[in-house]
Amino acid sequence: MDSDEDERIPFSQRPEWSDIKPVPQDDGPNPVVPIAYHEDFRETMDYFRAVYLADERTPRSLRLTSEAIAMNAGNYTVWHFRRLILETLNTDLHEEFDFIENIAKSNSKNYQIWHHRRWVAEKMGTEATNMELKFTRKILSLDAKNYHAWSHRQWVLQALGGWEDELDYCLQLLEEDIYNNSAWNQRYFVITRSPLLGGLPAMRESEVRYTIEVILLNPDNESPWRYLRGLYKGDAEALVGDPQVSCLCMKVLSVRGNTFALNLLLDLLCHGLQPNGELKSVVEGLTNSESDSIDPSLAIKVCSLLETLDPMRSNYWAWRKVTLPSHTKAI
Amino acid sequence: MGELEMEKHVRYILTIEKKKDDFVSLVIEHLRINGAYWGLTTLDLLGKIETIDQDEVVSWVMKCQDESGGFAGNIGHDPHILYTLSAVQILALLDKLDVLDIDKVSNYVAGLQNEDGSFSGDIWGEVDTRFSYIAICCLSILRRLEKINVEKAVDFVVRCKNLDGGFGSTPGGESHAGQIFCCVGALALTGSLHHIDRDLLGWWLCERQVKSGGLNGRPEKLPDVCYSWWVLSSLVMIDRVHWIDKEKLARFILDCQDKENGGISDRPDDAVDVFHTYFGVAGLSLLEYPGVKAIDPAYALPVDVVNKIIFKK
Ligand SMILES: [Zn+2]
Repeated sequence: MDSDEDERIPFSQRPEWSDIKPVPQDDGPNPVVPIAYHEDFRETMDYFRAVYLADERTPRSLRLTSEAIAMNAGNYTVWHFRRLILETLNTDLHEEFDFIENIAKSNSKNYQIWHHRRWVAEKMGTEATNMELKFTRKILSLDAKNYHAWSHRQWVLQALGGWEDELDYCLQLLEEDIYNNSAWNQRYFVITRSPLLGGLPAMRESEVRYTIEVILLNPDNESPWRYLRGLYKGDAEALVGDPQVSCLCMKVLSVRGNTFALNLLLDLLCHGLQPNGELKSVVEGLTNSESDSIDPSLAIKVCSLLETLDPMRSNYWAWRKVTLPSHTKAI
Repeated sequence: MGELEMEKHVRYILTIEKKKDDFVSLVIEHLRINGAYWGLTTLDLLGKIETIDQDEVVSWVMKCQDESGGFAGNIGHDPHILYTLSAVQILALLDKLDVLDIDKVSNYVAGLQNEDGSFSGDIWGEVDTRFSYIAICCLSILRRLEKINVEKAVDFVVRCKNLDGGFGSTPGGESHAGQIFCCVGALALTGSLHHIDRDLLGWWLCERQVKSGGLNGRPEKLPDVCYSWWVLSSLVMIDRVHWIDKEKLARFILDCQDKENGGISDRPDDAVDVFHTYFGVAGLSLLEYPGVKAIDPAYALPVDVVNKIIFKK
């Protein structure tokens, strides 16, 4: 269809369509101006309305929906009718995948396409697994954060399987772009849900090691900091109990101030971390205002540092400061 | 800082409403009802709803209703929950809910709830937390929330919560500001905000503000005016909006205006559209910009409309 786009023959001049009377869009009461729509598209939709209203589920109607979708992949009703036709004609769904792939190239963020793809894959079952994993890989190679592609991929893994290479795939994407939050999310999805890896308890140690390594290389990357917290399932006591975590904060802060490290340190202090002398002196080194050195509380110093380092969220940090648990004020 | 070009935006909305002759308006023919909601709400927030012929709008909206009770994006198209909410919101906005067969519409929406509490968008079964919000919002406006299993609906939304405090489209899906708005809205409308860790989510949301003052929807993405609505309304619902720099955000939105012809774009100097015009004005409304009516963050309707219709004030 791509190749002969320039020499499109209007439906009104195609013999196979001579029996159809096109139906124009009813634009409601008082259509404001005579509508001078883009002619090809208008004509296609007029013929579409005709077969749709007649509920004509034939191969020619299927071809007509292909043309209509190629011109505008967002029209919900056209997709809806296409599925009805596919069901009625019992069409070979392999061809449908090729069709979708063609359309998806230029419309990878269109809800309808992904929904349709899911519908076809669901009908096909596990036979579609590899094809779907390959297809989403292809889309993600063009846009690694495409939300639809990720949703589809997660659905494929859970409904059809194919978990074997998923952790490697996440690693590969993170090597390409360590800031890719979608890949971090997928990594968490895999380590917590893959039936092959034993879940979070089995994966935690190696994941913590990997994440710490990544953070030390790029401390300004928001995603691994959140991932690290996720590895402890938001359990603050477990975070406090692991010396690797406070050690990471210290290492990062010994180079320079960093909002993520300071924020994590603040949470650790709020949940009972007893800071050692080394940690205190690292934070001390970042503080230059005399006013804070009068107040000995480490948590207050951390809050003040955050207020200066991140002025856009200064209200947040000020709030953290006034809501500090009383036990933090003594250390 | 520039001012909000209210009159120009009103004129922009009124002209696109009339302009049905270009390809762009043609391809959005199927979602005209969403466009109508964005345009009309913007007009109302700017105090100019009376400039349109309301009866004409109502009779057109009613022609988009399908036998099932659901609404389509335009006359002759198929119904979907997305369009049904827009139709109900438009009628609420115009104080014309009495033209609806309330039970018929609410039965359509309630019929889309699945066993696990989630909602499908239509008979084809696509599931997404967006649809949970839409169903709950729609039924709240119609005062028919009892037609669904609210507890299960809430359970499903909670299952989509991530460890960063945010929400995705399905369990395990990446946190995304648009989905967060839907999930927080669904929980707010069902009185279930206690399922949210407000401080954790509030921090994630305020981290969305970037140097330019704009908000993005996920880490490392570009800021976009539409997130002014999604992030901001979520922050308002969990009472953490004071954590961001509101002035900088307002300036970012104002910088996205087309100062000559009206309309607001996603980022400064991009082409304007009705979608971003609505989200820009709605964002400024949440920021209490002078002269813009207040909008309710959960219903996405002006506060006076919500008071009148839902609280019968
Ligand atoms: Zn946008």
